[in-house]
This record gives sequence, structure tokens and C-alpha cells, in this order.
Amino acid sequence: MATTDPLIICEHCDCVYEKVMLGKHQKTLCTRCGGVLQRYNGLTVEQRLALAYTAAVLWAFANFYPVMSISLQGLKNSATLWDSVLALSHGPITFIAMVAAIAMIIAPLFQVLLLIWVLSYALAGQRSPGFRFCMRWLETLRPWSMLEVCLLGAMVAVFKLAGMLDVLPGIGLFALAVLSLMMIRIAGRDIRELWDIL
Amino acid sequence: MSRAPIASDLDLCLCHTCGLACDVRDDPHECERCGAPLHRRKTNSMARTWAYLLASLVFYIPANLLPVMNTTMLGSGADSTIMGGVLEFWQHGAWDIALIIFIASVAVPGIKFGALTLLLITVQRNSVWARRERSRLYRFVELIGYWSMLDVIVVALVAALVKFQALGDIEPRLGILFFGLVVVFTMLSAMSFDPRLIWDNDTLRGNPPNEEVMDEVASH
Repeated sequence: MATTDPLIICEHCDCVYEKVMLGKHQKTLCTRCGGVLQRYNGLTVEQRLALAYTAAVLWAFANFYPVMSISLQGLKNSATLWDSVLALSHGPITFIAMVAAIAMIIAPLFQVLLLIWVLSYALAGQRSPGFRFCMRWLETLRPWSMLEVCLLGAMVAVFKLAGMLDVLPGIGLFALAVLSLMMIRIAGRDIRELWDIL
Repeated sequence: MSRAPIASDLDLCLCHTCGLACDVRDDPHECERCGAPLHRRKTNSMARTWAYLLASLVFYIPANLLPVMNTTMLGSGADSTIMGGVLEFWQHGAWDIALIIFIASVAVPGIKFGALTLLLITVQRNSVWARRERSRLYRFVELIGYWSMLDVIVVALVAALVKFQALGDIEPRLGILFFGLVVVFTMLSAMSFDPRLIWDNDTLRGNPPNEEVMDEVASH
């Protein structure tokens, strides 16, 4: 239905507006409830794809290198994100290990993979195979991807342990820091724009 | 400035997945663009939100009473609860870390319980009070949603690191499971709530339709 395309509905109160072109740093707000309707999106498909590849590399660094290592009287130990998921998986609390694995590892990974898949085709101006499916999963995954929380959690853990032993932040922590910021930028709501341009 | 039209007046419906304004004159069940199920309002929004909220309130009790982790240092072990961890940081002078943990694990769930209960009750009473502010409150609840996962991640990392058998060992305890469930269920609760319900009674109150009916009755 081509006629409803230029319309935008406020998701917070159902008001209907017409879409407008936005300049840098501009956004449109609903006059009734004050919710954000549109936000300026400064990324082209190329830029977003490049950042998605970077995010994939960072994800690998964040997951294969230890987030931090500690030493106590000559004994050393280090932990990756996966190790911390495993630490939760023993005994009756296994369920929370699954939640943590989804939030810290699985959801971000799938977000990055789906983005690369969708954007690679978008670069050539076409919809990828399974475009609807991929775009719907990108929406579903977003609230469950908690990298920012994970980053703050890792930093709190550093301080928590620094009191009793020597703590050394690892490559994983730095990769996590950059990756979490990047995901906010590339996997946000504005990927919906692909529906309009493809 | 005249007010913007409402979607239902124009026979339109927002697709929550792709943001398309769908034409619902033929009652389609799916969004024509992305294929996601289409509803004028989230299905059973009130009942679901209440159910998830009550479930998370129940889980909140063991989450705070049961220990979240066990620290064994040189043979002597000690269980610690979430508030215990906050107090420990506070007493050691690390008030900033104590504050972060307190906000993430105690204040955020508390605010979510309060805010969602307020939203649910006001919607049930068809209240027109402070609708703009309530809309903003809902967006705030959505925004802070997952920050409570912080404690789960801290416990996971610390437990994975401190594994020195007799010298020192940290293990997660049952409390962290309940705490994680609180976070998941409050998130589900916030997702099930439909903020459009706050505005739905707009046409019911203080608007011409009622007066017209009254006039007609009077003239007969």
C-alpha cells in the first residue's frame, strides 16, 4: 500500500504524522505524548556495514581473550565471558547461565551476523534472502543484548576484586568496551530505515 | 495547532516490528511489509503485565533474602546477599561502587515495580491524570529495564575468576537465580504493557459525542 508509506504512527499514543526529512542532530517528537517519532540517522549503508565487520572482529576479541586476570600469592587465573557463563551453570541455577549467555554472547553475535548479512545485500541495493526474517529477529534480539551492562559489570568486578588481590584488565575488557558502544550505534532502531530504501 | 489524528480513526495500525502504518480496513492479521503479527493493541496487555509483575515481585523476596554468592578465603566461608555486598563496599569507603550496585540492583527493580503498578492502576481506572508524564515514565522504565542484570554479571565474572581451591574460592548461590528471574520478568512485564492504553480514553471523556447524546435526549 503505497499511500500509507509517508505516514508515521507514534508507538506511545497512536497519533499519526507525516514523515519529514531531518537534518543533523534533529529528531521529531510527538506533540501529544512527547515520544520520539524519528531520529536523524547519520550512517550510510556502507558505513554501517564497515562498522558491523569491525564489531564482528571485536566480538571475537571480547570472547576469545580473557576479560581480566587475577593473581594471588603467585597463583594466576583469568576468565573469558564464556568462563563466567560456565561459572553460573553449576547446580540449580543453570537457567541463569542461559540468560547470561544470551545477554552477553549469543544475542550480540546474532545481531552482528544478521547485520552483516542484511547490509551486504543492501550495499548492492537488494533485499537479502530471508530479509523479513532477519529484520524481525534484529528487532526481537535488541532488548536482550546487554553488552553495556556487561561492560559496567566487568568494571565493577575489577573494583570488587582489587580490594583483595591483584587484578589486571585483559584485552577482552577493552574489546568489550568498544564493542558495546559500537552496538548502540549500529544495531539501534534506525536499521528500520532499510525497509524504506530497499 | 490542531491535534494530530489518531491511527484508529484513519483505519491504520502501527506494525511494531517494522514501523509501517498498516491499512487495517480488511482486518489483516499480518503486516504486509514484514509479516509480523498485527494488533491494534498488544494482546491481553493488562493481564500479562500484571502477571509478569506479580511473578517478579514474588521472586524479588528470595532474591534479596537468599545469598547470591559464597566467598571462601583460607578455609573460612561466608555467604553474602545483594544488600550485604552494597554495605561491604560502603564500609570500605568505596561509596561510588556501592552506589552503582545499589542503583542497579535495588533502586532500578524498585522503581520498575512502583512505576508499572502506577501505570497499570491508572489505566484500569481510565485516568486522564498526567498522561504525558505517564508516557514519559513508561519510556523511562523501558530504558532502565536491563541494568539490573549488572549483579548477575558481576557474580558470574567474580565466580569464574576466583578459583584457587583452598586459598580462595567464590561460588554463585541460589539468590542470583531469583535475582535474574526478577530482571527477566520485569522486562517481560514492561514489554507487555501497551503505552497507548494511557491515551485510549481520550475520546470518552469531556468530548462532544457525550454532549450530543445528552442534547438529543433533552430535545425529545
